[in-house]
Amino acid sequence: MAGAAVLERLTPRVPVTWRVATVRAVVDETPTARTLVLDVPGWPGHVAGQHVDVRLTAEDGYQAQRSYSIASGPEDPGLAITVQVVPGGEVSPYLAGEARPGDELELRGPIGGFFAWRVADGGPLLLVGGGSGLAPLMAMLRHRRAQASTVEARLLASVRGPADALYRAELDALGPREGLRVAWTYTRERPAGWTGFTGRVDAGMLAAVAPPPEAAPRCFVCGPTPFVETVADLLVRAGHDPRAVHAERFGPTGS
Amino acid sequence: MPPISRGFQGRRRTDVDPARIPPGQYLTPDFPVLSAGPTPRTPPDAWTFSIDGAIDEPRRWTWAELLALPQETVTVDIHCVTKWSKLDTEWTGVSLDTLLDGVETAAEHVVAWSDGGYTTNLPLEDVTGGRAWIAHTYDGEPLAPEHGGPARLLVPHLYFWKSAKWVRGITLSVEDRPGFWEGYGYHNHGDPWREQRYWSD
Repeated sequence: MAGAAVLERLTPRVPVTWRVATVRAVVDETPTARTLVLDVPGWPGHVAGQHVDVRLTAEDGYQAQRSYSIASGPEDPGLAITVQVVPGGEVSPYLAGEARPGDELELRGPIGGFFAWRVADGGPLLLVGGGSGLAPLMAMLRHRRAQASTVEARLLASVRGPADALYRAELDALGPREGLRVAWTYTRERPAGWTGFTGRVDAGMLAAVAPPPEAAPRCFVCGPTPFVETVADLLVRAGHDPRAVHAERFGPTGS
Repeated sequence: MPPISRGFQGRRRTDVDPARIPPGQYLTPDFPVLSAGPTPRTPPDAWTFSIDGAIDEPRRWTWAELLALPQETVTVDIHCVTKWSKLDTEWTGVSLDTLLDGVETAAEHVVAWSDGGYTTNLPLEDVTGGRAWIAHTYDGEPLAPEHGGPARLLVPHLYFWKSAKWVRGITLSVEDRPGFWEGYGYHNHGDPWREQRYWSD
């Protein structure tokens, strides 16, 4: 994990200050997830994989903050976050249900830099996403497309059912071509006539999708904590360099 | 003045003393896991803890030797930079004061280092004076690997990324050098009560 890019990391950065963001558009992705496209004047730009902090203010001044991965590529107009409703949550039901174009919120970032990929970093790439963990991986693929990169990339997307398949149409249009292959696994409910993977990600699925360890892929795994724990362990056991396995976990531990 | 987010109500906690929650944090009953890579799994019999760097005679303890030292059980609130806080967590471990007892050093900083390559830097004064432990037990049970077991640094008065999981040692240092997240733009000190999340805070 010790970075080779230490000097680059330590170069001066734009201060991480709160900026007013305006909702430009909302896109219903699934019954429980929505993408907000935001206009953020002064936004300093980001690297695919980074995240932002969002702050909401109620009329009486009460505030709440949460973090969301950036789903848009650095080249895209507008900054997109995809918000999955957390049952009983405080912020996600508002963002994924109430917010509409013209509404204002505060945002700061970009934050992070380990779970991040630029075309210049090279490949091959192995992306493994569970549920809304697809968001930062989508940012990487959007960046790859915008740069017309042909870096070998494999995406394994794990979702509960067809209704939960985030970005499905866009991903279908992206691959398979130019070194990109996208595989889905449906853990609970499969589409009619589905002949692809079903069930939770396992060693066989990863072996079928991932570039071999000898190809030294950069691995990015994002999803709920138990999902990421399982997939990261499987990758290490399959012989991938632990230092090449980048992980982003969210939600409770499930234990 | 921040803009009002139209229609946002929020959920104010009425069951907890607000003075216990640092700015921008929310309470969780869960124990979320945030780590940058896979979970290392070092068995206790292969585990050691070292103090090296600006010290005449580096020190090292095996697992059995660590457990033979005086143990402390503390109940503390913990605060993660990703915004969650968890109150009244109970840990057992060895105070850094015990491990550093009698050490003479010109160092004013330490870097904690871990299995998997993680590092984080702290002022020496933040890990002494009864404020930091090498913790191996959480809520009466051996600390789970995903939470940093077999042992993690516990520095509850700073954001929790400073409480390095899978810790294997600290290096005493005259100079302050940023650790892993500090190098990626997180705050050098990380005091949750001053909301020191990122380098410019």
